[in-house]
Amino acid sequence: MSLKSMKSFVFGAATSAALLFGAPARAEVEIEYWQYFFDARVTAMEQLIGNFEAANPGITVKMTHFPYADYRTKVAAAIPAGEGPDVVQLFYGWLNDYVAAELIQPLPVDAFPPARIEAEFFPMVAAMREGDSYWALPTAVRSLALFYNTRLFDEAGIDGPPETLDEMVEIAKKLTKVDGAGNITQVGITAGMTAQDHHWWREVLVRQMGGEPYLNDYQTVNYNSDAGIRALEFYTGLATDHKVTAFGFMDEPQAAFKAGRAGMHIDGSFRIGSLDKTRGLKWGVAELPANADGERFNYSSYWVNAITTKAKGEKYDAAVKFMEYVTSDEAMQIWLDVVGELPAKPSVGLTDANAMNPVFGPFIKGLAYANTTKFANESGQRQILVDMVERMTLEGQSAADSIAVAAEAEQKLLDEYYAK
Amino acid sequence: MKFYRNLTIKQKQIVWAWGFLALPVLFYSVIRFYPTGNAMLISFQDWNLLGSRTWAGWDNYTKLWHDPVFWKVFANTFIYLLLGTPISLVISFVIAYNLDKLRFMHGFLRMLYFLPFMTSAVAMAWVWRWFYQPVPIGLFNNVLASLGIPQIEFLRSTTNALPSVLAPAVWAGLGFQIIIFMAGLRAIPRSYYEAARIDGVSTWTVLFEITIPLLKPTIVFIVVFSSIGFLRIFDHVFNMTTQDPGGPLNATKPLVLMIYDTAFTGFDMGYAAAQTVVLFLILLLVSLIQLRILRDR
Repeated sequence: MSLKSMKSFVFGAATSAALLFGAPARAEVEIEYWQYFFDARVTAMEQLIGNFEAANPGITVKMTHFPYADYRTKVAAAIPAGEGPDVVQLFYGWLNDYVAAELIQPLPVDAFPPARIEAEFFPMVAAMREGDSYWALPTAVRSLALFYNTRLFDEAGIDGPPETLDEMVEIAKKLTKVDGAGNITQVGITAGMTAQDHHWWREVLVRQMGGEPYLNDYQTVNYNSDAGIRALEFYTGLATDHKVTAFGFMDEPQAAFKAGRAGMHIDGSFRIGSLDKTRGLKWGVAELPANADGERFNYSSYWVNAITTKAKGEKYDAAVKFMEYVTSDEAMQIWLDVVGELPAKPSVGLTDANAMNPVFGPFIKGLAYANTTKFANESGQRQILVDMVERMTLEGQSAADSIAVAAEAEQKLLDEYYAK
Repeated sequence: MKFYRNLTIKQKQIVWAWGFLALPVLFYSVIRFYPTGNAMLISFQDWNLLGSRTWAGWDNYTKLWHDPVFWKVFANTFIYLLLGTPISLVISFVIAYNLDKLRFMHGFLRMLYFLPFMTSAVAMAWVWRWFYQPVPIGLFNNVLASLGIPQIEFLRSTTNALPSVLAPAVWAGLGFQIIIFMAGLRAIPRSYYEAARIDGVSTWTVLFEITIPLLKPTIVFIVVFSSIGFLRIFDHVFNMTTQDPGGPLNATKPLVLMIYDTAFTGFDMGYAAAQTVVLFLILLLVSLIQLRILRDR
């Protein structure tokens, strides 16, 4: 090391030491934020934290993220031990469990008055209210839409996405390709209850066939009806009658669409980010097809943030400020731009720019007619619908029999959950 | 210290022995016995991992008894065992027996057979999952399709799925069993074979009268080892059926996967613990039976 560089090194070290030891004249508060790992969400949150820290000197936010599979276990173990997050992210369906286990505390009424929240947020957020206060709030909400491969549409000479279910089937027929051995090599529309189709079936198709999937605030299963059977026959018919799809095609629906082997694909707004990164894929988004009467439905869900019972004193005050920021209009727009999830307030989401956006627009329009399923155990309830379709496609059971078994199984699951 | 000085040499030896044993004893009680005991306790309770535990008595066990999925899973677990153990035993013996006689490229071939054992089960399961996919991506089905034969549903079938999942699991275990068999074969004294050759006995008689009887300890070891492995099969099944774990329609679900599902997607810890206790009893029983056979020798 030459003398000159030695000098500059010593100088640099001295100034950074001065910065390091000179700064903490003001009280420093560090709060912890936990979420599960999803690339775009982590990027967006890093950006939000940066903005928040710049606006609130003296508060630092430390983000920790885990694989989704470990998330709940870690949260449950950490908070009662006095460790872990001050602000935590959770799925809307978990709220009851978190409240009952005293993992989170209600949001202060002065900073988050329920009347204002109800006026500003989309109505489905009302599920986060218990008693006089809200317990958690979302930054973003999700809905479903129909993705379509514009290159395949052009190739087949189709001018635009389908408006109705019947049109969807006709278009799908034109997009399906079969090889010499009779195997499908390109599907018109993807299908798979393991992906988002169970939401589409439950909240959209059943209603479009004239049914009501659940009664009694999602505590009573009601899809075992003529409408439910019609919805199920329509869904499995895509593969068995119209032969425009195959279950398990290319392992998972989104993979088939990404690879350009599927004409249409129903998925959530969170898929936008990963499709954007797929080279050579040209795609568009449309609202979910309406039924013959023009009725449209959609499914929406969301993740929320809440303050844990661990946050006390100055950390609590900092956590409240952080919650205020992550539910602000600015944060929602950042979340939309980075993750592709829709703002939880109509005032942000339904701006002309967003609503007319060719990608976000159909999702945002979908929010207006969306329903939110109150799950007791989302993966368990999904599994029941997965099995319902498999009993028909693998074992040849009739739609009526299969739906009866599914309804009974799901009712049992719900009864056990609400009995506790 | 004075106390120690007054001990006899014999007593000092005991103190030292326990001093060294303290570490494993502590380790076993904290890492093994305490969680085992706790799991047994939880099996009599209701717990969703977040709230407090409440006493449930025998509820979890009666629920298990009346759960059709449990019996399906129970049967699957034994199908894995009853198919997997004999098949892998026969294949590995045949390979080891012939490999033992081979001189040409012996080391290289042995390495090839051992390689799958060293590969991560997760990576292997995903590669096989890809092999099994339908047209247009699956390797096997693409070959069939290019010959004009309709594709076979390997994983999306209630009958084909379990053997399809079992095949890579058997393959993965072969390397280890072949090595053990070869060691066993080498341990048989050559003089028996020389005596047999002098007597002019046929190859088959040598195999059934000398080789196999003298390999019994090796065979018992491999049977015990692979039985426990197949009773605990998890990673192959889980990774080949992640979207519908143990599916379709529970056709491939082993007991361990049911426990995992109940605990970490259903958050029903009590019920999962009850299943764990049942698995523990099955493993204990199978091991005791096999140890009994070992002692008969």
